[in-house]
Formats: sequence, C-alpha cells, structure tokens
Amino acid sequence: MSHPERLGSPGGESVGTIAEPPHVNETLADYAARHGLRQSAARPPLRKYLQSVWARRNFIWAFASAKNISMYTDSRLGQVWQLLTPLLNAAVYYLIFGLLLGTDRGIPGFVPFLVTGVFLFGFTQRSVSSGAKSVGDNLSLIRALHFPRATLPLAIAVVELQQLLMALVVLFAIIFAFGEQPTLQMLLFVPVVMLQLMFNVGISMVMARLGAFNRDITQLLPFVMRTWLYTSGVIFSLPALIKQTKLADYPFLSELMQLNPAYVYIELSRYVLLSRYRDHVTNDLHLNEAGQLWLAAIVWAVVMLVGGFMYFYRAEERYGRG
Amino acid sequence: MADTDTKVRGAAEIDPHREPIVVVDDLHIVYRVYGAGGKGNAASAFRRVIRRQRRPSMTEVHAIKGLSFVVYRGEAVGIIGSNGSGKSTLLKAIAGLLPPHRGGVYTDGQPSLLGVNAALMKDLTGERNIVLGCLAMGMSPAEVKDRYGKIVDFAGLKEGFIQYPMRTYSSGMGARLRFAIAAAKTHDVLLIDEALATGDAKFRVKSKRRIEELRSEAGAVFLVAHQLDTVKDMCDRVIWIEEGRMRMDGDPEEVVAAYTEATGK
Repeated sequence: MSHPERLGSPGGESVGTIAEPPHVNETLADYAARHGLRQSAARPPLRKYLQSVWARRNFIWAFASAKNISMYTDSRLGQVWQLLTPLLNAAVYYLIFGLLLGTDRGIPGFVPFLVTGVFLFGFTQRSVSSGAKSVGDNLSLIRALHFPRATLPLAIAVVELQQLLMALVVLFAIIFAFGEQPTLQMLLFVPVVMLQLMFNVGISMVMARLGAFNRDITQLLPFVMRTWLYTSGVIFSLPALIKQTKLADYPFLSELMQLNPAYVYIELSRYVLLSRYRDHVTNDLHLNEAGQLWLAAIVWAVVMLVGGFMYFYRAEERYGRG
Repeated sequence: MADTDTKVRGAAEIDPHREPIVVVDDLHIVYRVYGAGGKGNAASAFRRVIRRQRRPSMTEVHAIKGLSFVVYRGEAVGIIGSNGSGKSTLLKAIAGLLPPHRGGVYTDGQPSLLGVNAALMKDLTGERNIVLGCLAMGMSPAEVKDRYGKIVDFAGLKEGFIQYPMRTYSSGMGARLRFAIAAAKTHDVLLIDEALATGDAKFRVKSKRRIEELRSEAGAVFLVAHQLDTVKDMCDRVIWIEEGRMRMDGDPEEVVAAYTEATGK
C-alpha cells in the first residue's frame, strides 16, 4: 500500500542502481490491487453481508409499511381492503367447497377449519408470488443505490406478515364466533406463525433469484401455486383423506403429502387453534401427528431460511443486470 | 487475457503521486439485446424453443472495446461521445451492473449510478422516497430526520408535491429529487447519467456546488451529459469515447473543442 516516494530531485545525479522505479512493469490490475481497489462487481463476504442486512432493518420495516400503504391507495375503500380481501376469499371458498361440493367430510367446525387454511396458505402463496417480483420491480432502486439486495425479499416477507396480522383479526373473530374457547394452547400459534415466516422468507429469496433472471417464472407461478393449494389440505382434511380414501393404499404418497410444508404449517395451526378439529383427528381418525408436524415445521423453517438466503446471496452482484 | 501484445497499458498513464479511486483496465463489454423480432406468434416461438435456437432477435453488442484509464480522488470526469458510443454502458460497468467480458473495473468503495429513469419507487410519495432512499443507503432514522429538510430544499419541488406519488412528477422534478436523495450521502464514486439534463438553471447551479463538495470529500464524480457547456462547467477532465474506444482524454476545453470540430458544427 506504500506510495512510491520521490527520491531526491529528479535532475540529480543518477546513481544507476536505483534508476528503475519499483512499479514500472506492473499491470493496471496490480496497480489497482496495490491501492486497495476491488472489482466493482464483487459480492461482499457473507459475514459483512449479514451485518449490512442487519444494519438495514429500519429500511426493511419502512419499505414494507410503505408497500402496504401504497397497495390500496387507488381504491376508494383503501385500507379496508386489508380486511375485506381475506373475508371475501374465505366466503368464496366456503360457498364452493362447503356448500356446493361439500368437501367437509364430517369435519366439525368446517368454517374455522377452512378460514385457517385459506389465510395461512395465502401467507405463503403471496410471499412466493411477490418474492418472485421483488427484484424485477425494484430495478431502478437497485441500480441507483447500493444496499444488500436481500433486504427486498425480506421486506416482501414483512409486507405479507403485516397483511396476515390483519387477516388474523378476522380469523380469530370467526373462530370465536363458531364457538371455540380461548385456551392457553392457542399461544402456540405464535411460534407456528414465526416458523412459517422463516419458511416464507427463505422461499421468497429463492423465488426472488429465480424471478430476477427468468421472467417466465411469473407466468408459470399461478398454476404451480394452484396445484400447491389443492394438494395442501387447505379445503379438505388430509388426515381424513388418507384414512377414508384409496390414498391409504399408497403409504409413500400420503407420507410425502404430509411433509408438504404448506400442509405442515396449516395443519399445525389448526391443531393449536381448533380444539374440535384436534379431537376429531385424534379420536375419530386415531391419528396423533402433532410431534411429526412440529418437527417438520422446524426443519422446513431452518432449511428454507438458511438455504434460501445462501441461494440468493450467491447471485448478489448480478441483480442489477437486466 | 493472456495476450500481451494487445495490452493497452500505454494508453493509461499512471500518476504515482495521486491516489487512484477508479481503475479501468482494458475493459471490454459485450451484452445481449433482446428485441421483439421474429414472427412474434406463439407457433414460431414454440418452434424456436423446440429447436433450441436462440431468439432471432437476440444480438450481441460489443459496446466497449478495450478502454483503459485511471481516475484519481477528487476528479470530476465528464464523458462525451455521440449517441450509442458506449457512455452509459461504461457507467453501468463502473457501477458493477454489467459484467466485463474481458479486463476489469476496480474501484474503492461502492459506486452509485444515477440514471435517467425518474422515480425510485414511483407509487410512493416523494416524502417516502426520501426516507426509504436514505435508509437504503444505510442512514439511521435519526440521520434521515436530520437530512430530510435539506433534501427537500435541494430538490426544490413545488409546494405540496412532496406529498404526491412520484409517478405524478415531471421528469425534471423526478430527476431532481433522485439526485437530491443520492447526493445526501457522501459517495466514493458517484456516476451521473444525464440525470441533470432535465433540471433548470437554478438546479444546475445547486448541483454543481454539490458535485464540487462531493469531490472535495475525496470521491470522484462521473458525468455523462449531452450539453457540452454542462460538462465544461462541472468537470476538470473529459473523456471522449466513440464506438466503445477512447478518442481523447484530457482538459475539458481541449477535448470539447476537438469534439465539436469532429461532429462538424
């Protein structure tokens, strides 16, 4: 890092042995390295990256709140839609699957069962779909300012968390209106949502990287998400399906379906929130899968969060290129 | 990389007594352009996918063909050249947004690029854009509160506009706010791509002062502009590139004079 010192006056007697300056044959790259310059498109080391993400926590929160506010600014009812959207969603599913098709299969308290499923699936679903757009939609911000790009999918997950909190007000109103009593066990819902949030952060980071480099993803996603919805036991009870249909003959398939992360978080929420459903599964279907669900929920959350973050981080220097 | 005879090292003279902040070393940029070519219907697109052909509309553009130069701390460098000469591409490469095909760009600190697209987040109000922009640059909420007034003053928006979404701004207002936000922080390297073109005379005076401040804080400023008087006014060195190659590098007066002569005015 030393600067070449001026050796005496240039017009002085040449000694001959020191005629050659120290850095005469270096390349520009060496010259840059000697002055501590780095490739401008390099990705910071992981530790430093994590620190700078943490330093932007205020940005993440402010960005999420601003997104949330701007989401409904064009409509006359404004923020009321934050409550109306989940309510209408639940109403539509109830109309079709509860009344018309009758997929309740003797589930006690089908409405709270359905609403829990719809809301919590929506939490993950929206994290995936807006995560896929989180880089592409903010290219001008990415190109103008330097900040760790992982804050964008993180902010998306926070937006969805804020949306979920509004929906949970509706959820609890429905649960209590349908005769559920407040219990201590309901407190376990907090860690369930936290684990699901970790999972969502991870998956939205994966989607952010995929969506940033492949715009076809956003065209494909609605179909993937709908398939996921119908296989996750949102509108029917997977345990009942396994016990009562041909699915029982395919233990591997039913085992696989029970490891589906969306199913895990939804079912776990129903276990801790809906006592009648819990009793129904344990007493009528003779299943006790709470332990397995918790284990799967924790493993999914940790694996997805760490894996998703690393996957996103490894392309950090490329996100501004479109 | 290994071929020694094409080394353009001689083109970039190194001043050993100054501290470099940006080193561009035999930089080549090749990028792909996707256009709306082909027949544009689903059947032809499908055939293309089946045959694993590249999109017919995709062409490779060799935009920068071996640029080498060194920029030192405290310099304001103007970049001129005709449309499509690679000015904006060069800035993007310095900002690290385009990968070098060959050669490299080395910088101290993180360069920030201010482009022409006017909004940071167009659906949000100017107010929120200021807060979010500052937070994204790593300021604390207290610092943001502290700078907020100055940024609004600097942007010089008309009364009330700060409460409107940025998509309602004219291109001049948007560019001014963007510049004001980015200039609120000291940058090691600030790259300005035509962002000042839309500002009025008053704003130009203010931004010139700010650019000088940024330079004195020992950063470097790059300015791409089509108005040659802006370049002469704000820069103490001008690089003229044409078709991705260096034409001239030196004193603003001389380079601009040569450029005007060559473009035949």
